[in-house]
Amino acid sequence: MGDQAVYALNNINLQITSGEYVSIMGPSGSGKSTLLNIIGLLDKPDSGRYELDEKLVTDLSETEQAQIRREKIGFVFQSFHLVPRLTAAENIELPLLLGGVSPEQRQRRVNDALNAFELKQRANHRPAELSGGQRQRVAIARATVMQPSVILADEPTGNLDHQIGAEVMLLLENLHHQGTTLIVVTHDRELGGRAHRQIGMRDGKILTDQFHDTH
Amino acid sequence: MTLTDTLHTSFKTVMSYRIRSLLIVLAMALGVGAVVVLTALGDGARNYIINQFSSIGTNLLVVLPGRAETSGSFLGAVLGQTPRDLTLKDAQLLGRLPQVRRYAPLNVGAAELSAANRLREVTVLGSTADLIPIRHMQLAQGNFLAQGGEHNAQIALGAKIAQEFFPRSQAIGQRVRLGDSRFLVSGVLSSQGETMGFNTDEIVIIPIDYAQAMFNTTSLFRILIEAKSHSDIEPAKQAILASLRQSHDGEDDTTVITQDAILETFDRILQTLTLAVAGIAAISLIVAGILVMNVMLVAVTQRTAEIGLLKAIGATSGDIRRLFLAEALWLSLVGAVLGFLLGQLGSLLVRIAYPQLPAWAPVWASIAAIAVALFTGMLASMLPASKAARLDAVVALSKK
Ligand SMILES: Nc1ncnc2c1ncn2[C@@H]1O[C@H](COP(=O)(O)OP(=O)(O)OP(=O)(O)O)[C@@H](O)[C@H]1O
Ligand SMILES: [Mg+2]
Repeated sequence: MGDQAVYALNNINLQITSGEYVSIMGPSGSGKSTLLNIIGLLDKPDSGRYELDEKLVTDLSETEQAQIRREKIGFVFQSFHLVPRLTAAENIELPLLLGGVSPEQRQRRVNDALNAFELKQRANHRPAELSGGQRQRVAIARATVMQPSVILADEPTGNLDHQIGAEVMLLLENLHHQGTTLIVVTHDRELGGRAHRQIGMRDGKILTDQFHDTH
Repeated sequence: MTLTDTLHTSFKTVMSYRIRSLLIVLAMALGVGAVVVLTALGDGARNYIINQFSSIGTNLLVVLPGRAETSGSFLGAVLGQTPRDLTLKDAQLLGRLPQVRRYAPLNVGAAELSAANRLREVTVLGSTADLIPIRHMQLAQGNFLAQGGEHNAQIALGAKIAQEFFPRSQAIGQRVRLGDSRFLVSGVLSSQGETMGFNTDEIVIIPIDYAQAMFNTTSLFRILIEAKSHSDIEPAKQAILASLRQSHDGEDDTTVITQDAILETFDRILQTLTLAVAGIAAISLIVAGILVMNVMLVAVTQRTAEIGLLKAIGATSGDIRRLFLAEALWLSLVGAVLGFLLGQLGSLLVRIAYPQLPAWAPVWASIAAIAVALFTGMLASMLPASKAARLDAVVALSKK
């Protein structure tokens, strides 16, 4: 413990436009996850402002923030974070359940998601019975089932081998093609390089912020 | 998250942790079951004793010599006064009171009964014909001092004594010897068994005159009085005391005990006992509550990552809290209902094993046991649930 204050993030000024595909890269501990969590309203900055859809959200109540997470944001994690005792279908259903969606609607939307991510055969399997790629597909299905406007993915391929990771990235990019804003945190320069906008971080600061018109 | 979804989701969670849930449910069920069975036993014992006590008579008052209550007795003792005896004349006087349906003077002693080459000591009651109905006894055969036979040397035998002395022949009409006198057996009592420690099967009853002569006394041991109705009991008591005071030169030197007052006392004592037993059993419910708290705390720790995930996908603290409370509610509810059924089963087994014991759990005890189980279950999960609700999402997600 030094007497010098350590900032996970410091002096960040960032604007992301709806429909962008952004990658955030940087060494371990540079503040990538912290930034992503603040964007996703999971974490609060000690100071500063954050506007989402032109609305200041930093001062919203906990319940209002939860509602925004539920309706506008979809998280995808490195370690999938599936509930082990629930089946694939039940895991996908969770956000709908929290949103108070009616059982018939839930059934329909879970079915659609299972079909969209080719998980129909695995609907009643528990996470332990699924491969890593399948698990991440369930997690992505769960993140999209509420049709959020932003998908936040923190090292979505970190626990997958190269081939499967590439497939997962294709799924996420597909969502982007359908209009969803996609923000991906990754170590992988190659994966990060596919984004239209690449943000490089170091020591809690944004070092680079480049646009590539690759497509 | 809707209430139905919360209850349904938490029910599924409870079902998926099978062993853990089973243990809590069992602990809850044993607690509730213990309360139900023990109160059933307590209340059964209460009803048993009250039934027994009621069976010795209806609207019964017992007059006995001496002042058993507080005022005056000390002074009387200091001044060397001895209480006046109760006499047959007193008894006749009381019999004429308007509130009194019938009365029976009573003397008790022991004497040797011999007949048919047998000899044994028996308890002898000296009384009149009305003793039989007042004391709720019944004659299996014959009669006792029926119309106008008051001064005959008649004897009624207890069922067991009749059986012992005249196993093969009819007891009625036989001559027996009691002490130095000879009696004609005129009646045999029906078997009643033991009530309140007194076995009417092993007594004999003779006319009061003969008993007083035999025991060489002019006083009475008790006067039994049956009031005309339940509402006449208290007036009868006052009238008896007043009338005896008058005939005893203004002295309050008798005591009247009413069956009602004794019943009430018994009732109160046994009710308290039942309550105490229920309280002791309820301690096991508190233990079950602590178990619920412990298990829920462990659950929160085990499911930290899951809680973080739920928050990330939009659960509010309230949602998380309600999910955990609902889990505890299910565990307590199922435990309480199972315990109630176990308790009813236990009470049934007690009733089968001891048919004379009406072991029915009182409704208040069953309701209270279930309510306490639910309450402790919910209370115990309050802390774990709010611990879960307060978890920081980012920290929680990084666990595992
Ligand atoms: N809960 C916390 N409390 C205090 N400091 C933290 C906490 N979480 C992270 N940090 C610090 O914040 C800084 C940024 O962490 P962050 O997790 O955002 O880095 P990262 O870029 O995502 O790293 P990685 O690539 O290893 O995931 C680091 O210095 C880290 O030590
Ligand atoms: Mg990180």
